[in-house]
This record gives sequence, structure tokens and C-alpha cells, in this order.
Amino acid sequence: MTNEKPLLSMKGIQKDFLGNRVLEDINLDLAQGEILGLVGENGAGKTTLMNILFGMPVIQQTGGYKGTIALDGEEVRFSNPNAALMAGIGMVHQEFFLIPDFSATENIFLNREVTRYSLLVEIFGDRLRTLDKAAMNERVVQVIKELGVNINPDTLVSEMPVSYKQFTEIAREIDRAKIKILVVDEPTAVLTETEAEALLAVLKRLAAKGVGIIFISHRLHEILNICDRIVVLRDGKLIKDISSGQSDVKSIASWMVGHEIGDFAFHHTENHRKTENFLSIDHLKVLMPGEAVKDLCLQVHEGEILGIGGLAGQGKLGIANGIMGLFPAEGSVTLKGKSLKLNSPLDAFRAGMAFISEDRRGIGLLLTQSIGLNIAFPLMQVKGGLLKKIAGLFTWEDKKKIREITSSYIERLDIKCTGPDQSVMELSGGNQQKVCVAKVLALSPQILFASEPTRGIDIGAKHLVLSVLREINEKEGTTIIMTSSELGELRSICDRIAIVNEGKIAGILPAEAPVEDFGLLMLGE
Amino acid sequence: MKKKDRMHKGGIEKFIANFGWPRIIIAIFLLLLFVIAPFIGIDVGTSLSDMLVRVGMNGILVLAMVPMIQSGCGLNFGLPLGIIAGLVGAVTSMEYNWQGLFGFGMAVLFAIPLAVLLGVMYGYFINMAKGDEMMIGTYVGFSVVAFMSMMWLRLPYRNPLLVWGFSGTGLRTTISLTGFWMKVLDNFLAIRIGPRFFFPTGSFIFFALCCVLVWAFFKTKTGIAMSAVGSNPQFARAHGVSEDRMRIVSVVLSTVLGAVGMVVYEQSYGFIQLYMGPLYMAFPAVAAILLGGATINSATISNVVIGTFLFQGILTMTPSVINGMLQTDVAEVIRILVSNGMILYALTRKGKGTVK
Ligand SMILES: Nc1ncnc2c1ncn2[C@@H]1O[C@H](COP(=O)(O)OP(=O)(O)OP(=O)(O)O)[C@@H](O)[C@H]1O
Ligand SMILES: [Mg+2]
Repeated sequence: MTNEKPLLSMKGIQKDFLGNRVLEDINLDLAQGEILGLVGENGAGKTTLMNILFGMPVIQQTGGYKGTIALDGEEVRFSNPNAALMAGIGMVHQEFFLIPDFSATENIFLNREVTRYSLLVEIFGDRLRTLDKAAMNERVVQVIKELGVNINPDTLVSEMPVSYKQFTEIAREIDRAKIKILVVDEPTAVLTETEAEALLAVLKRLAAKGVGIIFISHRLHEILNICDRIVVLRDGKLIKDISSGQSDVKSIASWMVGHEIGDFAFHHTENHRKTENFLSIDHLKVLMPGEAVKDLCLQVHEGEILGIGGLAGQGKLGIANGIMGLFPAEGSVTLKGKSLKLNSPLDAFRAGMAFISEDRRGIGLLLTQSIGLNIAFPLMQVKGGLLKKIAGLFTWEDKKKIREITSSYIERLDIKCTGPDQSVMELSGGNQQKVCVAKVLALSPQILFASEPTRGIDIGAKHLVLSVLREINEKEGTTIIMTSSELGELRSICDRIAIVNEGKIAGILPAEAPVEDFGLLMLGE
Repeated sequence: MKKKDRMHKGGIEKFIANFGWPRIIIAIFLLLLFVIAPFIGIDVGTSLSDMLVRVGMNGILVLAMVPMIQSGCGLNFGLPLGIIAGLVGAVTSMEYNWQGLFGFGMAVLFAIPLAVLLGVMYGYFINMAKGDEMMIGTYVGFSVVAFMSMMWLRLPYRNPLLVWGFSGTGLRTTISLTGFWMKVLDNFLAIRIGPRFFFPTGSFIFFALCCVLVWAFFKTKTGIAMSAVGSNPQFARAHGVSEDRMRIVSVVLSTVLGAVGMVVYEQSYGFIQLYMGPLYMAFPAVAAILLGGATINSATISNVVIGTFLFQGILTMTPSVINGMLQTDVAEVIRILVSNGMILYALTRKGKGTVK
């Protein structure tokens, strides 16, 4: 097998987005049964490279690509994802490729021909009727169980929390029969470690069956754990192609950014105030599908960074979504003795709260608009900021101020873009996430709910984002309630960490508590 | 130096990407028609004037598509609602025998409140049927036209120039604006060069004014919130913007623009056509904005202007050039053919995001 032609061979790949070169002379091979780790900073070109392989329409629409791709030694050039699928390539997309109004089962079985939404629905609506739904559901349950979670196969994708969307997207790909190559683009970004492990095990098993896998992740220990070989991209160039035995987290990170990277640990400063009765959450119930909160009580101190952890589906994400009025909530939330009106996003904002949503594409961003407008929007709508009066009559957007403030955040968070006017859609996943963070910082909130704030952000930038959060906590006294699936991340920045299990707080521990204790709480023991 | 080169190249590519090949091809085709015209005995000056007059006449009706597209309500197939308001405004102003620019202004003033009222109602309908806005719009349009066909007969207009001569009641099917405010905008500051060329300055100023107002509106807090509702309703809701309210506001705006656009159309056309007249008037406007590069969820002022010029240009030039070549009078047939052909073309493309 080793002496045969490689399963996949990409040669001299080059890609320009209207004059902006993002990939240059990339040469990449993949053997049968090999797991290849593809790493690089946010905006290095990982997703773009995979989109080229998969024939995504966005590549054609922006002028195609240069170079050749050979599959089993035969040159191919996919003009659409359907052709790539037929040739045995599957892809788990970073930003998901699911039909919102279809159930998990329907998506997993019917989305095999990825074309555009509208047509799909038309075509598949009728075919569905002739299928044996019970048998399909059964298989879906089985596939999803393999991943270690429990999703009702009839749940509509539009009503799923992000982690379920992620599992559905993964399940669709691993259930394919004739798959030769599987591309997984940051599948673990919203998963907890245990969940990620289940997924990694599935990938390993697929590889053992001879499937070639390209695995993209910013969690470098995962890469080291399952990959045979590691390819590092930096600024669109291939920097390193090395077997994983010869590398470690530190050297990969330094290849990614191009220089040595220091230690990331934060040092705990005990300067936060501990005011009782600052924010109290009593008997909160949130009807968020897949992340329901059931009768939860929690006291938040002023000026602290409170972490919220727990397994997917236990309700950790429901807390912020409920309080911010995105999903129907009941119970009482009082801020400094004043009761907050629930189910009204505007009231939550007016009370000085802000929210980084874990679902950046669904809720967090106006994809077709500029970075500037995205960052300015909450400030404008909630506080009436960044507006100017023209002739004392019209209130207009203050373009100059918006540009200024946007440029300052582009610099502060190191957002890779062509300028404040670039549309968010054109940014890489991690850079879109940074826009979500900037948008909230611009509001200078009193209380910040940050749900998966570093989702999809690379190892260097993650430190940057976390230190910015730390900074506003220390300098501006912002109380931060941070939800994350990564316990390590929570432990590095939080003062206390609450673990949610079955929609309730299972326990609150100081960040320094041993990892095992958190693990027990997560399992509800 | 090298970097500059690349940016320059990027500039051209960007221009083509923004403008879009279909528009470039249609524009070249239109230019070609103008080049051929003199060789088959068609006067370019007259043709150009025809086209300009039609642009001034239809522009605001196309502009009336923008607010609803931006708020996510899709193409305004309910345009006949605004048109009805425009018609009522016109006949009311004429009932009082008001003339000239004053008559025109009063027609607009009468039309607007009615358009607001109808728009609010239409908006509530549309909010009840999210996802099916365009179908609802089409049927609301058809129903209102049918309902008004009865009302035109019953409404208490008495001016003998407006009503059927023999009975003294019931508005006529076609009412001439001669002697009232025919072409008041077209002729306002109009530029005439030679015997044949005519530029309808007033209509263009008015069209430009409306465009600027709409453009400016979308830079305000409300306008930005409206666009946000259109491009991501969940995002808007999460930031405390009321989706339903924004949608109603957009429908009202579209309907008011439709009403104003109709009064402008009437003054240029010189006639008011009641009863079944407004039935199909949404389609050319829809086609024009799609040709201009708009999609069902995003439209800009330049889409409106480019689309109106291309649509009306082709519509004026094709029939006369074909007529000239065949030496027989088939202009009307060709016009209907071209018009519906373009509508069909544009509509088949609407689902694809943009006319590509
Ligand atoms: N449609 C597009 N139009 C213009 N530029 C684009 C487009 N898509 C991606 N880019 C640019 O290409 C570069 C590479 O993006 P890509 O999405 O491949 O990064 P990535 O390595 O996947 O990053 P991340 O880790 O953040 O997901 C970025 O600078 C991005 O701004
Ligand atoms: Mg990516």
C-alpha cells in the first residue's frame, strides 16, 4: 500500500480572492488510512484549501484556483460539491452545511448531494415519502450514539444548539458508505473533551478501514493525539510537513505563528471585588431545545469571572441565552436588587448586559455586512451610539467614528482582514469569531455573558482574546460569566467555575480545584 | 510597484464582479442597438428621449421594491396597493380641478396617507405569513385591484371630466390628464436640443430626490435595523430589534413609494388607467430591479438605477430597431415580447441569489 500512488495529491495550489492571495504553491499528499493534521493560524488558508478540494461554489465564484488535484493518481477538478461527493470525498464544514428546517435524520440522509438550499428542498420533499422513516431514525440514533451523545432524530436543525448541529454534521459524513477521503474542519471547537474523544475514536476507526482523513483543529493536543502527519500553513504557504512523532505542541505553535511562543498561563490576581447580591438568578427555567435549564439558582459576584462548564446538552448554554432573552425563560433574575424583565433582549442590554453567542453565524453576525457595521450595530441600536445628527433632523450612522472604532478593534484583536469595510462573510472562521468579541467589547457592558468566546480561535489569538477579557475585567470591572466546553480554558481565567448538570448547578468550585473534581460534577456524581 | 499592479487588476476584477456579467452584456447589447439605429433610419435623439422619459416615469416604482427587499419581505408583488393609492390621490386632486405642479403636489399629498394605511394593513398580512410574502403580496395586489374595480364605480367623484358622461357617476376607465397636470414634471426645466431630443429634467430631479431619501434612510438607526432584520432576523432579535415592526415599516415605505411613483408615472404618461390597469404593474418593476443586480434579499439604489435604465432602454430600442429592419409595424408585439421575456428571465434568476 505504501508504494502505491497517494490517495490524494494536491500540487501547486494557488488561490486569489480578487487580487488577495491566500494560498501559494501548496503541495500536499494523503495516503490511504492516514490521518493528516492541518494546522495554521486563523486566516492561514486551511478552510480555503479544503473548499478547493471539495469544489465549493465560493471558489468558482471568486475566480477558481490554480494547480492540480489528483485522486488515486487521476487528475480531478470538481466544479461542485456533488461531484466531490460522488468521487468519495466527504467534508464536515467549519460553518456547517445543514438545512435548518429539516430534522437531524433528514439532514443526515438527504443532504448527500450538497447543492443549494432551495433546490434541495424541492427535490427531496417528495423523495422522502417513499423512505422508511423508522429504519432511518434507528440508524441515526446508532450513528449519533457512536459519537457519545443523545439527539432526538426528529429535532429540527434550526432548533438545535450548536453542539448538536456539529454532531449532526459529523454524523452525516461518517455514515457515508463509499467514502475515501474525509475532511473535518474544526469539528471539536464546541465540544467538551469527552465528546471530542468519542469523535476522535470514530475517526481513528474510519482511518483503520482505509479512509484518508484531513483533520483541522486548533486544539493541538488532539492533533498530536490522532494524526500520523502534520502540515502547517502560515499566511497561505506550506511551512512544515512532518510526522507527528517528531513534533510537540510548542513547536507546532511556533511554526504556525513564525516565532517562539511563550507560556500561556495566566497568573491569578485576587483583585476582584466580591459583592454579594450583585446578580442573582433564582429558579431559572429556559426552554432552549437541547440545552434546557431547569430550575437553576446561581449567585454571581460583582467583578468576578465566573466560569460555567458542563457536558453538551446539560444546559450550560441555556443560562446566557435565557437571561439575554433569546429563548423563552421563566424565573427571576435580579441585578443589584432590581428585577430584570425576562424574554426581552433590549431590557437585558439596557440593564448593562451583553452577550457573545456561541452561535456566531446564526445569531452573532450579519454575514453580508461589513466588519464595521457588525461591530457598531449593538452600540447603535442599544445605546444610540455612533450616530450623528444631520441638520438637527436625521440621525445618521457616523461612518468616520465607526471606521475608527473598528480599526482599533482590528488592531487590538488582530483581526485578519483587508479593512473595516470588508464583509464578514469573507473572513476566516476564527476572524469572524473575533468580530463577535469586538462587537460586545464596544458596548463596554457591566455584565458580559461570553459563550464559547474562543470558539475556532487559534492558539495564539486565544491567549489574546482571553487576556482582553481579563483586561476589561480588571480595568473596567466588568463581571464576566464565561461558558466554555474547554475546562482548561475556564480554569486559566476564571475565579470560580460552576458546573451544570441536567439543567441545574451541580456544584461550584474554585478554579484551582483538581480536574477530577470537575469531572465528577459533570457526570452528576 | 508590483503590489500596485495587483491592486489595479483586483480593481477591474472587482468592478466586473460587482457589476456582473449579465449587466455588462445587456448594456453592450443596448449600446449596439443605439449604434445600429441610425443605419436603419431610426433617429437616435428620439429614441434616447423615449428611453429617458420612460426611466423618469418608472424609476420610483422600481425604487419601491427596495425597502421590502431589504427587510427580508422579498419582492413587492403587492405594488398594486401603492399604485391604487397613487390613483386615488390623482383622481382626488383632479376632482378639485387643481392644475399644474400644485395639482401634482396635491395628488401626492392625498396619496401618501392612504398608502400608509394600506401599507400597515398589508404589513400585518405579511407578518402573518412569513416565508410566503411574495405569494401573499401577489394575491393582496390582485384582490385590491378587484375590490377597487367596484369602488371606482361607487366613489363619490362628480367632476364631469372624470366620470362617465351618460350616468354622471362612476369613474371612467381612462382619464386624460390634459388640462390638469400632464407632464408637469417632465417639462419642468426640460432640456430640448434640436427638434427631437428632450430631457425630462423635472422627473429626473424628483427620481434622484427619492433615491437620495431612500439611501439616506438606510443610513439611519431604523434603516440599519431594517436591513439587519432582512439579512439575519435572529441577529436582529438578539439585539432587541422588533422584527415584525421593522417589516411593517418597510412595507409602508414600499407602498408609499409605489403611490408616489404612480403619480409621477401618470403625469408623464398623460393618462390615468383605472380598473384593471394596475393589475400587472408590479412585474416590470420587479424585473427591472432584478436585472439591475438585486436579489430577493438585497437591493441597492444602484441596482434600481442600472436596472431601470437597462430595462427601459431595451424596451424602447428593441421594438423600434426590429421595426426598422422589418419595415412593418410590429412594435407593440415586439414590446410585449421583450418586456415579458425580460420579466421571465429575471424571475427565473431570482432564486439564484443574483442575476448571473
Ligand atoms: N469568500 C472570500 N472572499 C475573500 N476572502 C476570503 C474569502 N474566504 C476566505 N477569504 C480569506 O482567505 C484567507 C484564508 O481564509 P480561511 O477561511 O481559509 O482561513 P482558515 O485557515 O480556515 O482560518 P480559521 O482557522 O480562522 O478558520 C483569509 O484571509 C480570508 O479573509
Ligand atoms: Mg477555517
